[in-house]
Amino acid sequence: MSGLVRAVPGDAGQPIRTAPEATPQTPEPRPPRRPDAARRRAGRVPSTVVTLGVVSFLTDVSSEAVTAILPLYVTAALGLSVVAYGVVDGLVQGAGALVRVAGGWVSDRTDRPKWVAAVGYGLSALTRVGLLFATGLPAIASLVVTDRVGKGVRTAPRDALIAAAANPRNLGRSFGVHRALDTAGAALGPLLAFAVLWAIPDGWTTIFVISLGAAVLGVGALVLLVPDLRPRQAAWLRAHRTRQDRGLPKCKGCTCDAPGAAALTAGGRPFSWSFLRGGATVRLLLVAGVLGLLTVGDGFVYLALQDRDGFATQWFPLLYVGTNAVYMLLAAPAGRLADRLGRARVLVWGHALLAGAYVCAAAPFSGAATTVTALVLLGAFYATTDGVLSALTSALVPTAVRGTAIGTAQTVTAVARMAASAGFGVLWYATGRVDALWIAAGALLVAVPVCAYLVRGGRLEPAAPAEETTA
Amino acid sequence: MSADDAPARLGDDRAQRSVVRRRAAFAVLTLVVLAGTVWYGVSELQRARAEQSAPSQVDVADGILDAPHVLFRSTAPGDLYGHAAAVALDDLSGPREVTSVVCDRVSSDGTTTVCLRTDRGVVTTYEAEVLDAAWRTTATWPLPGIPSRARLSPDGLVATTAFVTGHSYSQTGFSTETTVHRVDGTDVSGNLEDFTLLADGERVAPVDRNVWGVTFVDARHFYATVQSRSLGHTWLVRGDLEERTLVTVLDGVECPSLSPDGTRLAFKHDAAPAGSATAHWTPAVLDLASLEVTVLDAEERNVDDQITWLDDATLLYGLARDDEPETTDVWSLPADGTAPPEVAIPQAWSPSVVR
Repeated sequence: MSGLVRAVPGDAGQPIRTAPEATPQTPEPRPPRRPDAARRRAGRVPSTVVTLGVVSFLTDVSSEAVTAILPLYVTAALGLSVVAYGVVDGLVQGAGALVRVAGGWVSDRTDRPKWVAAVGYGLSALTRVGLLFATGLPAIASLVVTDRVGKGVRTAPRDALIAAAANPRNLGRSFGVHRALDTAGAALGPLLAFAVLWAIPDGWTTIFVISLGAAVLGVGALVLLVPDLRPRQAAWLRAHRTRQDRGLPKCKGCTCDAPGAAALTAGGRPFSWSFLRGGATVRLLLVAGVLGLLTVGDGFVYLALQDRDGFATQWFPLLYVGTNAVYMLLAAPAGRLADRLGRARVLVWGHALLAGAYVCAAAPFSGAATTVTALVLLGAFYATTDGVLSALTSALVPTAVRGTAIGTAQTVTAVARMAASAGFGVLWYATGRVDALWIAAGALLVAVPVCAYLVRGGRLEPAAPAEETTA
Repeated sequence: MSADDAPARLGDDRAQRSVVRRRAAFAVLTLVVLAGTVWYGVSELQRARAEQSAPSQVDVADGILDAPHVLFRSTAPGDLYGHAAAVALDDLSGPREVTSVVCDRVSSDGTTTVCLRTDRGVVTTYEAEVLDAAWRTTATWPLPGIPSRARLSPDGLVATTAFVTGHSYSQTGFSTETTVHRVDGTDVSGNLEDFTLLADGERVAPVDRNVWGVTFVDARHFYATVQSRSLGHTWLVRGDLEERTLVTVLDGVECPSLSPDGTRLAFKHDAAPAGSATAHWTPAVLDLASLEVTVLDAEERNVDDQITWLDDATLLYGLARDDEPETTDVWSLPADGTAPPEVAIPQAWSPSVVR
């Protein structure tokens, strides 16, 4: 047995050892041992999640520092136009989405989310080395593409790791803490980059060196500090060892006792696409798709604000920093709220905040107040939707398909949002910015109650095995 | 618990030791990376400080701004880097008069100068500034992104193009914002993207359209570029500030620039083979009467600038040096393409001819 325990060291051991307390169908009352400690542990975000947050923080500092100055670098240092840069950006949007599902799928098949994520993070770190030597636009373009592929690969396995490390009861909060750290990096990166350029006007290489350093530390933190969680194996162990511990027959009407060791090495229940046929999963993807179709890029909100008043124009480069700051502050509380009120409910009603942001951008009152309100609402919208979607998905589907399911849900959202931005662009030119925003806000205010009805009564809350009935 | 706890605890101990080793390794890695990054940053800071305070190696003269001249952005390394400067029209490679104004793009008619600049800081912002003949600021307005093109018309109109760039993975690409202001800072056009676009007489509204590179005909009309990747067109359009329309003239014409005699447009022609991801721009000239295009392939390099006419027979444009990309030169090319390009103004960018 010791070999198996060693395969999931550190925090990974926690769910297994605490399993008797957390397994829902337990007919007996909870063991009386250390109930306070158990509750405290359940309320705390596991250190693996915090470490993964730090990994994302470092990686986002690295990538956003470069992303923020890349257009300037291409124009000022390489003497090319940003039109050329725009080509690069457009090329990779679709590819990134597909890679996401693939990353989740590989992590599910191998039951090694940490190492699949490490490949993704490593790929992005390698592009920073490339940036130190790249001179032409084709070279930079391919590095940008590679970076996005890396991001696509790592996202789903990373979220699967969070789901595996977190207590199912505070999954939303765990994702919230992770997203807060992630967003802090995204906000800090550009500020750091511009601070370097302020001190060293041609400090491009310095930014790339800092970016490389942050990326290397990110990969290092992942490889060295994050335990090699095997979610599928752990689930198998939870189901079987706990029954054994409880002196029950290993299986209830199943045959998994016989090939025990073989099943273990294969990592428990095998991967299957059949999760996509589950009613709840389809419902979730439907809701995510519909709401995504009404989520036009923040770019449009910023442009509308900027078209309306000088305040927003002056601070245009900083609008997204404001949004990110709010997102960062609210991500953990919003995740906690989702754990309490129901993740699907918070995800759906979070889109009402987005409608509020549209209204602020469309309203005929110019000035700082509406601009700031719009940013706060946008940030709150991200806080109540981004991490919550992953929490909701990972609680809903079996462990064996978690990575793929998270990747699929994110891809559905991303593709729907891309379509929304394209469609909204047509509307923007056809009806003008104010009317277009009112229409989008109106459509959202219709869609939100409909989606809320679709997910009513905890329809998207996990079936028994993953959630504590007393929670 | 049961008897199989003992081996499990043994495993825990081993795992614990491994965790400690890994933490130590991470601490070492952090120290190495931090030390390396800080060392590099500090040495670069010192180098930059030294370079910035070093005097620019250029011949300086007075009184050039009072006679016909070419105003430009000086890119000679050193303390004058980025300053607006001028050379005499009859001695382009001669000494320059350097002003105290720092610009990314500059355009001038001798009495009024438009200067687009990046205000660097932890919060980097961008602005357009209008200056009078004594280099005093008369108007400013904020720009939403990186300054790209500036054009001043004799009728007191200022066209600016800024790149509004995506800042995050989730954002879609980039867009340009091109506006026309009066020299007193009042907005004449709003974003030119909002003008009605008429392609071959039909109203079209591609979502991804971008407008840039304005060149003025008179107080009401101008030429510019409208690009839509979804439609696969890069149109030359003729704009009308009163009707608020953009009417397509020809496809495949980018960043036009009207000749002083008003008969031709110099522009960037994309000579890259069809389907290639990046463009290769070659200077070209369009005859407005016959719509005949002459591609000036005497210039083989990739030219990414809004061309300026030195006179009715000569084009000027900026190119970065291969070996020192922060330094650019302004090159001249005969408008009929009969001779190869040569350096007109060394260490310069964004030329603007003042007669």
